[in-house]
Amino acid sequence: MGDLLNALAVAGKSALGFQAIFFALLAVGINVQFGYAGLLNFGQIAFALLGGFGIAISVSQWGLPFWVGVLVGLLAAVVLALLLGLPTLRLRADYLAIATIATAEGLRLLFRSVSATPVTNGTRGLSAFNGDFIGLAPWATNERYRILGTTWSGGELWVALVGWVIVVLSGLLIWALMRSPWGRVLKSIREDEDAVRSLGKNVYVYKMQALVLGGILGALGGMVYAVGTGSAVPDQYQNANTFLAYAALILGGAARVLGPVVGAMILLFILQFADTGLRLLIDNGIIPEGLLSSTDVAQIRFVLVGVGLMLLLIFRPQGIFGDRREVMLDAR
Amino acid sequence: MPADPTPHGATASGAGTPPEQPPAQAWQSGDAPQRRAQAALRDLPWEVGVAKPDAAVVVDGVTRTFGGLTAVSVDHLEIQRGGITGLIGPNGAGKTTLFNLLTGFDQPNTGTWSFNGRPLGKLAPHQVARLGVVRTFQLTKALSRLTVLQNMLLGAQGQRGESFLRALVPGTWRTQEKENTEKAMDLLRRFKLDTKKDDFAGTLSGGQRKLLEMARALMSDPQVVMLDEPMAGVNPALTQSLLGHVKDLREQGMTVIFVEHDMDVVRDISDWVVVMAAGKIIAEGPPESISQNQAVVDAYLGAHHDAPLTVEEEDRVLAQAEQAIAREENADGDVLDSTPHRKGPTDE
Repeated sequence: MGDLLNALAVAGKSALGFQAIFFALLAVGINVQFGYAGLLNFGQIAFALLGGFGIAISVSQWGLPFWVGVLVGLLAAVVLALLLGLPTLRLRADYLAIATIATAEGLRLLFRSVSATPVTNGTRGLSAFNGDFIGLAPWATNERYRILGTTWSGGELWVALVGWVIVVLSGLLIWALMRSPWGRVLKSIREDEDAVRSLGKNVYVYKMQALVLGGILGALGGMVYAVGTGSAVPDQYQNANTFLAYAALILGGAARVLGPVVGAMILLFILQFADTGLRLLIDNGIIPEGLLSSTDVAQIRFVLVGVGLMLLLIFRPQGIFGDRREVMLDAR
Repeated sequence: MPADPTPHGATASGAGTPPEQPPAQAWQSGDAPQRRAQAALRDLPWEVGVAKPDAAVVVDGVTRTFGGLTAVSVDHLEIQRGGITGLIGPNGAGKTTLFNLLTGFDQPNTGTWSFNGRPLGKLAPHQVARLGVVRTFQLTKALSRLTVLQNMLLGAQGQRGESFLRALVPGTWRTQEKENTEKAMDLLRRFKLDTKKDDFAGTLSGGQRKLLEMARALMSDPQVVMLDEPMAGVNPALTQSLLGHVKDLREQGMTVIFVEHDMDVVRDISDWVVVMAAGKIIAEGPPESISQNQAVVDAYLGAHHDAPLTVEEEDRVLAQAEQAIAREENADGDVLDSTPHRKGPTDE
């Protein structure tokens, strides 16, 4: 029983930690693009990579202050969104999907390449750039704090606190935007671009704004991740993370303000709970060693998430916050 | 219309026809606009490309080809302001392509066209719409996962809250939104969709979507309304109501251009009919002139559809065919003859 409670606590910590914030911000960005505007961005992690490395390179390599690094990261994300959007947003949705997925993989390979090593430090990545930020914490960051059966370092707590503030602010921003006429145009573009054009709206500009806004949110996610881990390594930014963020979004419900946030928390909770829970069962001999060894757990938990998502899509296709009537209209 | 008080009609007509146009004043003095457009068009010759007394839209030398196919090739076309112009023609005649060109959804290979003297070439669809030329689509484009009211509000022009930064400050757009909502509800009442205002547009029937699309287009206070097959797939009862709405647009001083296949509908509401076939305009005239027009009958039914071949014609056709066969045989013979000749020397 105590073990189970412990597993729950560990999973709960994971659902509130910086990784959940990372996925939540990626998913909030994807929600703007895919959920509201109908843009298929399959390379959200590229924006996170630019966010994370924007800080890392600025601080560790160029010796700039932390906050300048934040600006550099955001600016890089805006530039990437413009570069991706300019050629593709006049075309069908598929072209943006192809361009983004290629960019995400290409940027990661570029950042880990030998020729980029002088700037990005190649596969080993950069570290020691978050000192300025951690130093701002109003409590001692070296000490450990026990909260609801889990231990947090002061630094972790500070990153999580600031991260969740960013998530809440971005949620408020999306909420304010989506109830405005601007959001109405965005949702209409998702439904039918040509109808929106015929009513005198410049669809291209709206799509570009959505792409840039989503990209900025992705960059913020990447910054939280980089600051949370204290290092920026290109291979941390695998494009699988984009699709985990999509999973979080669909889990929570697309085109809903809280959908991506709660989806990310649940995703992280399930992943961590499956991990500790399965290890517990193996250690206690409930699952025989021959069937499942503890080394398989890391993989099998993703299988569990996949099964869960499938069940969700069968029985609750609208996600947790979605409106079933709305999703059922999609067929037409 | 009971739900449409006269002042509304008066303001819409004022916006529809610029005050410097003398006919607008003539109408405001009580003349029915239907009569006015018809009267203006009455004495025109029934010829292709005839100049209209007060043209809102003028098309000149517009061609559009898809590969080897010339979809549209219009030398000259004028559309009378304040009238209902029907655009008919067999399938594939280029009617929808012409619509797409006029509204900026497609770019022509050559040609110019203008609205109120202002050239529209090279304008993007949204710029055309902002000038007051609004269109509907053959396949209805209701925005399924938006409510009926949201669909309507999208049609309003010049919304302050549609800019990204101002969207974040509700104070800048809330009053305008309220006015637009009232206007939308007025229109919805006219189109008998007001009880559905909070339903998703995707739950409406096909006919209701047609109505919604038309009502949404009217939210932008257009001067020219282009309807692409507004009656397609609509039951007869609703057709009547849609017809009434189209006539209403004219009463309010708008210029209506519509594509339709149902000749009864065309005859009923058009002031002027333009017939297209194979990308060209083959006839123009008031609706009653069209069914007698030989070019139109030929286009729809094929030339010689009801006349037996005369003996002379038959002889001529046969002679031509024989000549063609003979030519081909000659050509074949040449080829067959020449090959051994050419091969001969090389073999030796």
